[in-house]
Amino acid sequence: MDLFLQNIVNALQWGSFYALIALGYSMVYSILMLFNFAHGDIFMVGAYIGFGIATGLLALAAMAGLPVPGWLVLVLTIIISMFLTSFVGIFIERVGYRPLREAPRASAAITGLMIGIILETGNLALLGARRLSFPSLIDTVTFQIGSVYVTNKKIFIVAVSLSLMFGLHLFIQKTKWGMAMRAMSYDFQAVPLMGVSINKLAPLTFAIGSGLAAAAGILYGLAYPVLDPYMGILLGWKAFVAAILGGRGSILGAALAGFLLGFIEIFAAWIFPSTFRDLIAYSIILLILTFRPHGFFGQAHSTQLRL
Amino acid sequence: MQLVIRNLQVSYDKIKVLHGIDFTIAKGEIVTIIGANGAGKSTTLKAISRLIPADKGSVMEFEGKDLLTYQPDRVVSELGISHVPEGRRLFGNLTVLENLQLATFARKDREQIKKDMEQVFAIFPRLKERLTQASGTLSGGEQQMLAVGRAYMSGHKIMLLDEPSMGLAPLLMLSMFDALREINKEGTTILLVEQNARLALKFAQRGYVIENGRLVLEGPSADLLDNPDVKKAYLGG
Repeated sequence: MDLFLQNIVNALQWGSFYALIALGYSMVYSILMLFNFAHGDIFMVGAYIGFGIATGLLALAAMAGLPVPGWLVLVLTIIISMFLTSFVGIFIERVGYRPLREAPRASAAITGLMIGIILETGNLALLGARRLSFPSLIDTVTFQIGSVYVTNKKIFIVAVSLSLMFGLHLFIQKTKWGMAMRAMSYDFQAVPLMGVSINKLAPLTFAIGSGLAAAAGILYGLAYPVLDPYMGILLGWKAFVAAILGGRGSILGAALAGFLLGFIEIFAAWIFPSTFRDLIAYSIILLILTFRPHGFFGQAHSTQLRL
Repeated sequence: MQLVIRNLQVSYDKIKVLHGIDFTIAKGEIVTIIGANGAGKSTTLKAISRLIPADKGSVMEFEGKDLLTYQPDRVVSELGISHVPEGRRLFGNLTVLENLQLATFARKDREQIKKDMEQVFAIFPRLKERLTQASGTLSGGEQQMLAVGRAYMSGHKIMLLDEPSMGLAPLLMLSMFDALREINKEGTTILLVEQNARLALKFAQRGYVIENGRLVLEGPSADLLDNPDVKKAYLGG
């Protein structure tokens, strides 16, 4: 029972990463009908930008001789990195995807793969193959609740993730840009007739998705402080699985499926030998998709006709 | 002339579907283009809305501005050309109110938006009763009302209507055209494309007949209604 609760805590943290990354996949899909396969690498870039910002802020504080608290550096790092990484997303949309908007979807998909490889190898060329260790900005404090151990970092990671998701939810439900995104997910060809500029809506969507991926990258660095240029690949693919499992284009579905994936993986590793983790976990996902091919919240609607 | 179309040519995958059509519309007019399925009616409207590219050599001007330099969203937001697409294309996941609001996305004239909204509710009181309902759950007639109301909210210098009668029962059809006439009286030019030629010609002042991507006949509606060729081909004898 104790281990069960402990695993739930771990799964919440693990699922947070998937959920945050899956949201970016899902948002872009819902408005442009394409999966941005570079998204996992944007997560990696976000983590590296976070590393740069955190290191820079710490150096700045040391230089000025100011005793800046670690949590402040952490919060600033997240905000600044989300902001900066969003421009990576905007750039990718502009250079990689916009010229291919009318192209077959397969071409757009391989564009994403290529951009991903460019980001990985570009990072490798720029910073070398050595792994970086993400600065430990806050000391780990462990709380014992009953017989379950929870660290302040875990609480922080889950709380920040949930807040970001809630913020995204408000944005999509309450703002006119969010409304345009919802409309786009239903019928992307009719949206320009409303006077909405796709060339503004698409970069905004990439910006938000990339910002969320950056947040995930920093939170990941906080929990697993080793960065390498290929860190986004497996995590990105798994988050992509979550986006599909949630239902293509469903924001709520992506978040829930991200957490579900975290739970399935953690519990598979608990019950079976940990080398079996992904084998078991993804067999389960495959089974779920067999019975729900559109995912949890995916619509089988066919409104995406040519106008 | 408010809208001038000269030598409009459109191709889909290199196959020409519009072979250079010419027509003009004056401000405040109601003009219809009638023709069979696949003759190029919808393509003409989509070209004006810039949803599909026009081939080289085409000329399209709206109030003296070169339409070919406009992106589709700016055709709506800057020129006030609204388009009710074939099959209505409502955002079924948004409420009635949200559909109307979304149409004002790029508009900044808050006061006028309010007035336009009142106008839409005056013409289609049913919409006001359905404001918070998801538009996907509306009846066919209500959906058409919303499609027209939404287009009105996006801008109403001219309204391009693509088969608004489609799928409507005869009575609803007539009241829809009454509503359109009311919108026209308020100053909106109307370009209507229809398969239901009799209905369209009774509604419009002038008409064009399109066949295989070419305009083959034009004239006042009354003349076209009397034209033996039109009668034979489009009015059922």
